[in-house]
Amino acid sequence: MNGSRSLAWLVAVCGLLAVGCGEGSGRSSSGGSASPIALLNVSYDPTRELYRDINAAFASSYEQAHGRAVAIKQSHASSGSQARAVIDGLEADVVTLAVWPDVAAVAKAGLVAKDWQARFDNDSVPYHSVVIFVVRKGNPKGIKDWPDLVRDDIAIITPNPKTSGNGKYSFLAAWGAVKATGGSDDDAERFVTEIYRRTPVLDTGARAATATFSQKGIGDVHLTFENEAYLEVAESAGELEIVYPSRSIRVDPPVAVVDATVDRRGTRHAAEAYLAFLYTPEGRAIVAKHHYRPWGEATPAPSTAPTLPLIETFDITAVGGWEAAMSRFFAEGGVFDAIYSAQAGK
Amino acid sequence: MIGPYQDLHDNQKPMIALATPSISAADSLAPPTSRPRWLRRNRSPLPGFGTTAAITSLVVGTLVIVPLTVLVASAASLGPLGFAAAAWTPRARAAYGVSLGASLLAAVASTALGLIVAWVLARVPFRGRRLIDAFVDVPLALPTAVAGLVYSALYVKQGWLGAWLVPMGVHGAYSYFGIVLVLVFVSLPFTVRVVQPVIENLDRDAEEAALMLGASRRQTFLRVIVPAIAPAVVTGFAMALARSLGEYGSVVFISGNMPFKTEIAPVLIVARLEEFAYAEATAIAVVLLTLSLTLLVVINVLQHRLSRSAVGTEK
Repeated sequence: MNGSRSLAWLVAVCGLLAVGCGEGSGRSSSGGSASPIALLNVSYDPTRELYRDINAAFASSYEQAHGRAVAIKQSHASSGSQARAVIDGLEADVVTLAVWPDVAAVAKAGLVAKDWQARFDNDSVPYHSVVIFVVRKGNPKGIKDWPDLVRDDIAIITPNPKTSGNGKYSFLAAWGAVKATGGSDDDAERFVTEIYRRTPVLDTGARAATATFSQKGIGDVHLTFENEAYLEVAESAGELEIVYPSRSIRVDPPVAVVDATVDRRGTRHAAEAYLAFLYTPEGRAIVAKHHYRPWGEATPAPSTAPTLPLIETFDITAVGGWEAAMSRFFAEGGVFDAIYSAQAGK
Repeated sequence: MIGPYQDLHDNQKPMIALATPSISAADSLAPPTSRPRWLRRNRSPLPGFGTTAAITSLVVGTLVIVPLTVLVASAASLGPLGFAAAAWTPRARAAYGVSLGASLLAAVASTALGLIVAWVLARVPFRGRRLIDAFVDVPLALPTAVAGLVYSALYVKQGWLGAWLVPMGVHGAYSYFGIVLVLVFVSLPFTVRVVQPVIENLDRDAEEAALMLGASRRQTFLRVIVPAIAPAVVTGFAMALARSLGEYGSVVFISGNMPFKTEIAPVLIVARLEEFAYAEATAIAVVLLTLSLTLLVVINVLQHRLSRSAVGTEK
């Protein structure tokens, strides 16, 4: 009796140890040359439809050029949680995330080489978007530009910048819009404070904010990415409209090959070709079809792709670059927190 | 009036008192063996104690203790000052308040409603009872995010219920009330399912005897029924509270997440994770965990006392 019990304890302890140590073992490298190359693209929420089309086009183009089939899996969730998943061991071959800090975090963890931004054209940003406004049918509140947002009769929907890339860009767009017209930092801070004072709901993600505005009818204006705005307006069956402000921030979603994964699995060639495909005429046409703005001037405008209006843009450098923006605006105790601390005091 | 009823107790009490010595009497009658006394006593009549104990410790260890240890270790890496700076900011304290307050309110409401539902399902025969009984479990199966979305859509001004309630000043969406509402939804199955079998197994003879012996309906309820179901009600309350404290998916869609007002602690955890501040995020989690563990221990003690007194009066 005594012996069998201590044996049982031994089994239990070994089991615990095995669980603790077993996590390190990874997926083995891909098999024979006949099997398709498996790639995993870890991306963020709104790119689901885009990469479905890209994957199909790339697979046939790669097979024609190199004689190997490629099977691409895609994974979507909020950009920040996707970056954490990759850092924590999700074996992504490529990451295509919403904001620079997320790819930078993966690089900081040693999974992506430090020079990742130099690997592809335009600092590894194959396509852009901009932050624009979505309003109710007929624009009843007459919202035309940034200053209109802080009128007393306006309610604004935008996700929480602390938890959402979309929310971060909206904040920075509002800040930059003040600075671009010669406003001081104090002016900009007052302006964003007024914006969030008019925000009745702080959803944690972009898609939740879209639902709050379009499905539940809360708010007069929704700040969001252009590609999301077109999707939202198309789904609303005529209940919503797009308004372009005079200027806005340019959204730069970066892409990177995850060196640690591709070197282990021997998928570097296909992974690099996959991201390079986003810059080809065929890739750009698909990108444009999904209301992103492909990088560069020489975009062959395909008849199927909508032409997006020209808009004056500024980029993240106008607000000091990502690292400065993160610590100044969104970190604990930053400008965004101060807005709410001040409100709580009242 | 009360006299005969109390006699009922008094007659029973000696039997309980007798029960305990009778075990030790049987023990002493057992044939003497060479095994030491402590080992003999610990032997369970069920076979395979060693194996099941091993499986239990493995399961509890890997599923609960190891993750919790990692959590605490991660938070501890901050040091005391770093921990306080991360977990005890004014905003975090406000969020704990919202989490705790809304969960307590929801657990109270859920317990009261769950008791009524359980009573009806167990005692009142009516058409469609089976159907209602099956619906009680739906909140367990439904992704809670869906519940949050549906509730907020119902209670906004354009929603079915909100169209009536919002003009009356009742805001069921993007409010503190909304948080309590979804927490009641997610915790109701626990309170119903804990209390229902106890009511089903209530000895109706005891109730009838109490009535026959002259107790009023109120006395029967307070002195026969309540002591018997009280431990289960408290357990249901504890489970509802624990479930509510940990809930995230439904709350973020209905609360509006306004800092200092309707922001729950798990939203702050997500916010810190977005900054890749893992240790700071776990610090908030540790505070939340400590609060809920403390509450659960207090409730457990209370429940233990109640069930002891229930044994004393019921049997």
